[in-house]
Amino acid sequence: MSSPEPAVHHHGPPQSFIRKYVFSLDHKVIGKQYYGLALLAVLAGLILSWLMRIHLGWQNAAIPLLGKLSPTGAPGNVMTPDYYLSLMTMHATLMVFFVLTTAPFAAFGNYFLPIQVGAEDMAFPRFNMMSFWVTFVAFVVLILSFFVGDGPPLAGWTSYAPLSSVGGVAGPGQGTGQTLWAASIAIFCIGQLLGSLNFITTTLDLRTKGMSLARMPLSTWGWFVTSVIALLAFAALLPACVLLLLDRTAGTSFFSSAGLVVNDQVLPHSGGSPLLWQHLFWFFGHPEVYIAILPGFGIISSILPAFARKRILSSRAVIGCMVAIGFLSYMVWGHHMFVSGMNPFSAVLFSLPTLIITIPATIMVLLWLGTLYGARMRYTASALFCVGFISVFITGGLSGFFLAQPSLDTYLHATYFVVAHFHFVMALAAMFGIFAGTYFWFPKMFGRMMNETLGKWHFWLTFIGVYCVFMPMHYLGLAGNVRRYAAFTDNYLVPLIPLHRFISISAFVVGAAQFIFFFNLFWSRFWGAKATDNPWEATTLEWSTTSPPPFDNFGGRHLIVYHGPEEYGVESDAHEYVMQTSPEQIKTT
Amino acid sequence: MGKLFAVVLAIITVVSAGIIVAHVWWMPVDISTIGPRIDKQLDETMLATGVLFLSSQLILAAFTWKFGDDKERKIKYFPGGGGPLIAFAIILVGMEILVLSFVGSKVWASIYMTPPEQGSLQVDVAAGQFAFNFRYPGPDGKFGTVHPERVRDSNGNFFGLDPENDVDARDDVIVGTLTVPLGRPVALTMHSKDMIHSFYVPELRIQQDIVPGLTIPLHFTATKEGRFEIVCTQLCGLGHYSMRAFLEVLPQDQFDQWLKSQSGD
Repeated sequence: MSSPEPAVHHHGPPQSFIRKYVFSLDHKVIGKQYYGLALLAVLAGLILSWLMRIHLGWQNAAIPLLGKLSPTGAPGNVMTPDYYLSLMTMHATLMVFFVLTTAPFAAFGNYFLPIQVGAEDMAFPRFNMMSFWVTFVAFVVLILSFFVGDGPPLAGWTSYAPLSSVGGVAGPGQGTGQTLWAASIAIFCIGQLLGSLNFITTTLDLRTKGMSLARMPLSTWGWFVTSVIALLAFAALLPACVLLLLDRTAGTSFFSSAGLVVNDQVLPHSGGSPLLWQHLFWFFGHPEVYIAILPGFGIISSILPAFARKRILSSRAVIGCMVAIGFLSYMVWGHHMFVSGMNPFSAVLFSLPTLIITIPATIMVLLWLGTLYGARMRYTASALFCVGFISVFITGGLSGFFLAQPSLDTYLHATYFVVAHFHFVMALAAMFGIFAGTYFWFPKMFGRMMNETLGKWHFWLTFIGVYCVFMPMHYLGLAGNVRRYAAFTDNYLVPLIPLHRFISISAFVVGAAQFIFFFNLFWSRFWGAKATDNPWEATTLEWSTTSPPPFDNFGGRHLIVYHGPEEYGVESDAHEYVMQTSPEQIKTT
Repeated sequence: MGKLFAVVLAIITVVSAGIIVAHVWWMPVDISTIGPRIDKQLDETMLATGVLFLSSQLILAAFTWKFGDDKERKIKYFPGGGGPLIAFAIILVGMEILVLSFVGSKVWASIYMTPPEQGSLQVDVAAGQFAFNFRYPGPDGKFGTVHPERVRDSNGNFFGLDPENDVDARDDVIVGTLTVPLGRPVALTMHSKDMIHSFYVPELRIQQDIVPGLTIPLHFTATKEGRFEIVCTQLCGLGHYSMRAFLEVLPQDQFDQWLKSQSGD
């Protein structure tokens, strides 16, 4: 196990344009394709969030061109309440599935996991290609829902039954739109199952000589643990979506109970359980949170030492924490269902592992802080996003203490407190991980440096902005502000509208700041300064090859690994760091 | 750049916490017997997490301030390595978890795992797109039998009653406002005819989903007079945001009068 055969390349370099850039078997191209898909999805998700924030701040605002996109959803360019819900559903679905799953896991993982373990490609290049194109089809199917019948579904990204299972009678978008949603997510599951199988096999089988598990970079560990979680989680969501599709198209009743009366019509369903959908969905849904954030843990734990110029405090403990979190993530799904009508005793049982999961999370935060202690931190844009990651993850993790307790969830459930919590701990932390990874790895991927000044502006506006957007949502939640409301007409909610306007304005600024990032990506891709092979003086294998790497990653060399992934702050022949591939002895530590 | 980060983070941290401490936006008044215990639990959690929030963010700020890229300084490692930090995390968070879940579970159990008191006022709740309706048994003290297939919004038969054949159903009081007497336990039995809805009164500090096909119980005792909003908190369709009703808490004598006047006609 410790010294497997060197990776052998399964396929020669492609010749035609199509095989090179479209249906490519090269994991690096597939990684970039996933990244491009994530960019497309994040752009759409961002614009949707702007539209939502306009509507939440100013109910009757006319939004130019919106009426063109949906004459029924926005007559006279003013958003209807149901169209608000549709946009909210699409924002969440795009962000959770097509950004937070694809960018940190599928995109970076695909590009860098094989290189970091010294392999020439993934174990199953054809599966890998299928994984991306299946995911792309899922994306197209989801986007199609904007252009059919009543538009996109309005049942939220959680698509609770029976709102999602009884068809068009449940409301606008619940016809074809909801069917497309279920189909899209089912297809997406297939893509991610193929991808995670590939990650697991590559990690276990294709490591180069000397690359023991203990010498794998923490980023690789992050992707590896994530792929195990993804394999089990998407395997639960796939059948759930298939059953939902059957309920919607074949007249079955898995999720619809008997005697439903909608619009004075008795529906022909009987024998189903709306709670069954919730159990299946959250059995996937909670691990999904860790699918989004675990690659971030790995990326940060791997990048932070490179900029701090010292080892992480205890890389074994970080690995242990990631494995523990992955394991525990399967025991906590019921904390989404404390007030769902399930047996209240089970709330107590689900509460305990939920609170226990904060222990490995706390250990990791302390280890990152301990790594910063005494460091010689080089504050590049990537490093700033690393320390920003630590800050937003702390904030998001702490609000979890409230929601993990059933006795407080009974007040805070379904309020903006939850929105604040999951945006900090999952969305923002994962996004900061993506940004840190992008600024760090862009030179390797494209052979050019990103503009640091623009990167820093991007960081400051984003970091301050997200606190202005999401911190006040805690206050809204404490005041009892219900989420998923298209308007705040209740007497006790009306006084909160000024705070909503503050959030909206902050969201416009944060969103605008992301265009600095998009511009930087585009501009640097073509006109950025040429990158050297190892611009950050980092030690892992991707920095032992050219920028960008050749088709077979290492130009025919079979690398031998001699050291752990983070030998910084040591004395060697030439530097204060030692590459993993360097045969030299480390003199002192 | 590290120093700038430290300053910005410190300001964000102090302002964020200050707004919480000053209760600029805070929970509404509590009006139930269970409210003070939930509020106490929330205050204790806020104190514990507040200390962790301030200390960890400010330590992060301090480290980014102090440990920049200073070529003169040698790399230092955290005294004692990772071991003590790991032990510290396990002990500190472990203790917090034990305390919070032990105390919190008792509060939870007293709301959701204890049967309503004998002699509670029984009220039946029907939720549907996009309204709540409430039913009292009337002078005979008996609820009419519910026939789900008879539920119609169009003729106001929200509970699916059959008054022609069912004597108990004839005097049932059906209203759109949940009126309850002050200080008397109230036991709700909740049904939904279509989607999942949720019963939430922030002042009562309780929230409960109402799942079609299930009979969902919930009980509370109101301790303050007044009129409060009941809002739906489970996404139930296009009119979700507008689905609400009122909870009216009256002194016992006024409540009796009100119930009498409702069943009089």
